[in-house]
Amino acid sequence: MVHRKQVLGPDDVRRAVTRMAHEVIERNRGVDTVVLLGMQRGGVWLAEQLGDEISRIAHEVPVGALDVSLYRDDIGLRPVVPGATSNVPVDVDSATVVLVDDVLFTGRTVRAALDAVADYGRPRSIQLAVLVDRGHRELPIRPDFIGKNLPTSLDESVEVSAEGVVIVEAAGS
Amino acid sequence: MAKHFRSIDEAGRDHVIRLLNLTDHMAEVNRRLHPKVPALRGRTVCNLFFEDSTRTRLSFDLAARRLSADTLTFTAASSSVNKGESLRDTVETLSAMGVDAFVVRHRSSGVPWQIEHWTDAAIVNAGDGWHAHPTQALLDAYTIMQRIGRSTDLDGLEVAIVGDIRHSRVARSTTEVLRLLGARVVHVAPATLLPPHPIAEQIGDLDEVIDRVDVLYMLRMQRERMDSALVPAGVEYVERFALTAERARRLRSDALLMHPGPMNRGVEMLVDPSEVPQSAILDQVTNGISARMAVLFDLLGSGTGLEDQ
Repeated sequence: MVHRKQVLGPDDVRRAVTRMAHEVIERNRGVDTVVLLGMQRGGVWLAEQLGDEISRIAHEVPVGALDVSLYRDDIGLRPVVPGATSNVPVDVDSATVVLVDDVLFTGRTVRAALDAVADYGRPRSIQLAVLVDRGHRELPIRPDFIGKNLPTSLDESVEVSAEGVVIVEAAGS
Repeated sequence: MAKHFRSIDEAGRDHVIRLLNLTDHMAEVNRRLHPKVPALRGRTVCNLFFEDSTRTRLSFDLAARRLSADTLTFTAASSSVNKGESLRDTVETLSAMGVDAFVVRHRSSGVPWQIEHWTDAAIVNAGDGWHAHPTQALLDAYTIMQRIGRSTDLDGLEVAIVGDIRHSRVARSTTEVLRLLGARVVHVAPATLLPPHPIAEQIGDLDEVIDRVDVLYMLRMQRERMDSALVPAGVEYVERFALTAERARRLRSDALLMHPGPMNRGVEMLVDPSEVPQSAILDQVTNGISARMAVLFDLLGSGTGLEDQ
């Protein structure tokens, strides 16, 4: 029996995204140089929603997608199937890149993303926005914008969509 | 899952589709400011070329480097290496150095299968005799799909392959992949240059198909064969099978002109392809890097083989 616990609903997600949009604008004193890059695949819809919110409040920002499967440190240890392709719509040189992901866990995906972004150019800074920070970091990485801190245990998994956030607990744990 | 990539037939449809998707992924890598990823760091790819092929060797070499693999190149004129013992010695010696993949080109058909007994490394066929050249087939299929905007099939497309079909591993592998994706392939050549066992519809006259095909694929015509009795005399061959300026004008505006290179200007190509807007020949070269990156990553990095263990 799998136990599922809904911790955020659709309205909570929407409010969290709106708050993060304000924080991105405030932190960067506007969004003139900001580029949002959603991490394939879970971060892409979130980057788009965050982009929509920022355009509503300030003005339009470029939104792209980043696939980091070729930069992972576990290549050869587990099946890696590059899914969707990266799409970096603008020159990132001197830009403020905001990486966007649904869940921050070990930090290894973010580490891979830092390497990937560097292959497109040299941003002025890179920031990290996540909807859920579930803890258990294995690298010295911390997010700049957080939708919700959500302490979890290692045998739980976290499912995120625009419909909400669900903690899934495996049977017997 | 796949351990080797040696022919389109052996790979089969699922593997080919997976490689075409990966090729698209690698093409994006190749458009970046720094077109290089760390995916195969610490892996070693050995080019084992017993037959001259500068272009294919450089393409594989660059593909391996763009994935951060280390590369070794072993070349030997095929005449100086006897089959059997010395091929075996070569493979065993290089394997003992710690090679993860061999990219092998040999004038004899079947060598990529023969050497699997002497190494645990992955084997990629870069051309064996008249038999197969599957990475060329992959880059050809990708080039067509990219140009016409398809991602999973080539249903309904008509492709004419023109020239020395009989002795061409490119014709064989490219025909296999295009048919597997649903295209209709016609082979256009003099009777002496068609294979004894047809693998596609055969036509003896380029003018019959040139106005209607979606893709015109010109093969390289070996000059030495031009002089042999197999081929109608030079002038007659040109008249019936070469791409002249007049024929190039008859191509549909949305057709593709392809050639695996190197071109023999004045033999099969009497027109400068840079003056043919339908030419996808340089796209083929560019896409060759991406296709070979896809093959190497699929065998060495994707971990798809892990499920077997």
